[in-house]
Amino acid sequence: MRAELPKLPMYLDYAATTPCDPRVVEAMFPYFTEKFGNPGSRNHSFGWDAEEAVTKARQQVAELIGADPKEIIFTSGSTESNNLAIKGAANMYAKKPTGHTQRGHIISVIHEHKAVLDPCKRLEKEGFEVTLIDPQSDGTVTREMIEAVIRDDTILVTVMWANNEIGTFNEVPEIGALCHERGIIFHTDATQWVGKMPTNVKKDNVDLLSLSGHKMYGPKGIGALYVRRRRPRVRLMALQEGGGQERGFRSGTSNVTGIVGLGKACELCAADMDAQRQRLGALRDKLETKITNALDVVQVNGHPDKRLAHLTNISFGFVEGESLMMALKEIAMSSGSACTSASLEPSYVLKALGVGDDLAHSSLRISMGRWTTEEEIDYAGDKIIEAVNKLRDLSPLYDMHNEGIDITKIEWAAH
Amino acid sequence: MAYSEKVIEHYEKPRNVGTFGTQKEIKERTDIGVGLVGAPECGDVMQLQIKVDDNTGRIEDAKFKCFGCGSAIASSSLATEWLKGKTLDEGMKIKNTEIVEELSLPPVKIHCSVLAEDAIKSAIADYKQKNSKN
Ligand SMILES: Cc1ncc(COP(=O)(O)O)c(C=O)c1O
Repeated sequence: MRAELPKLPMYLDYAATTPCDPRVVEAMFPYFTEKFGNPGSRNHSFGWDAEEAVTKARQQVAELIGADPKEIIFTSGSTESNNLAIKGAANMYAKKPTGHTQRGHIISVIHEHKAVLDPCKRLEKEGFEVTLIDPQSDGTVTREMIEAVIRDDTILVTVMWANNEIGTFNEVPEIGALCHERGIIFHTDATQWVGKMPTNVKKDNVDLLSLSGHKMYGPKGIGALYVRRRRPRVRLMALQEGGGQERGFRSGTSNVTGIVGLGKACELCAADMDAQRQRLGALRDKLETKITNALDVVQVNGHPDKRLAHLTNISFGFVEGESLMMALKEIAMSSGSACTSASLEPSYVLKALGVGDDLAHSSLRISMGRWTTEEEIDYAGDKIIEAVNKLRDLSPLYDMHNEGIDITKIEWAAH
Repeated sequence: MAYSEKVIEHYEKPRNVGTFGTQKEIKERTDIGVGLVGAPECGDVMQLQIKVDDNTGRIEDAKFKCFGCGSAIASSSLATEWLKGKTLDEGMKIKNTEIVEELSLPPVKIHCSVLAEDAIKSAIADYKQKNSKN
């Protein structure tokens, strides 16, 4: 028997959000109380203190991604950064003014986050044309795939750096280079990438990049948009107007505490990113090996190598997602069930990869982070195997599979 | 999703899990009726098998397997409990609303009870059909 059980419930959903690092909270603390000034107050020390803190944080964020501090716009998170980047660029570079059709062509991918897809849909209603391409079955998007759909009127390409459900990387530097050759603005939603992978927006040919504090041990409700200032100098139409803060891109009194927290979070990620990537990659591999050795009809989704080290997405054939989550209720994970009975909404990401019905029904996204231990991963692996075995003992589909019956050939009475 | 205690209890200790043989064997047995309802793409499939005593016409045993959420598993587990000892006519009278009530299923899970009722009806119909031929 195990000497010591890990503390339950266990958190293995770091891709959904992370706890704040205590060092982040500590850095933020004075800015709630004694240093509460408005950085826009130019004529007293309260304002100067706040301004100094914001300047430092801007520097910390810029350093993490290889940008100039002037290129960092603080926002409320990646959703806002994506909206500002996509709507702001589309409206700025539109071929025709509001009210017309054929205002310009935008390219994105069907497995993007809703915070990219929905702004694109909005623009479609406002006279832009949007092409959403399918990723390859390993989840990746390449330069060639984008090149194949670029048109003369393409004004914007938006492709996420790492996917939030499967962790797969896209060819961002190559796609960026392509966009630069063609004079097209290139945005990437790097919410899941930044802080985990080395980033240099200059070398990686990115024009606009979204990042979010709460995915990297910073607070919720703070994020940033990188806006390139040289070659090309990217312009955006602001979504929110007012006091002209953030160089006019984003009016509103700065969220100083959040900004300080984001800055500190960036500094901490820069310091331990490589060590964490190695450590968590080894845990991830151990978990995957354990599960795939113990169970048949399991599939690790996404690209085998081009993916985030701390995340795995595994499909288990012949068991249903909700019952699997029920069996594992003491472990917090995401279910990429293709058919959660409550919403009947399939995981569009897994569908985009062509994951079949036999496997798509239950997949788990397990994502680890700074405080995940080997004991936790060992325990989670055992529990997952136990739960799948229990549910397969109950599953008529698993019996049929073992009797050599192809369940896709049965005429099911859909209800 | 918060489950009722009864659902959790059935889910954790499902009653009468199993089959009376492989799909092939079951097809040839006239004392057994099978209901297989639902569809994998909808996220639930229930298989209910009843074993009927030729002399008394009563369901002497019932077994289930279920691919589905906790409520689907509980509904089919409960169905097997209720079926045992009943005549076919009594079995036909089991209503999904009784399952909903017994398990305190929320509105989004009513379809699980409907599926269980379908499985009962279809197992009984299968038994009757097998036995009308000879
Ligand atoms: C890829 C991706 N984009 C955008 C978001 C939204 O970020 P935020 O919560 O900061 O608005 C998330 C997080 O859910 C994400 O994973």
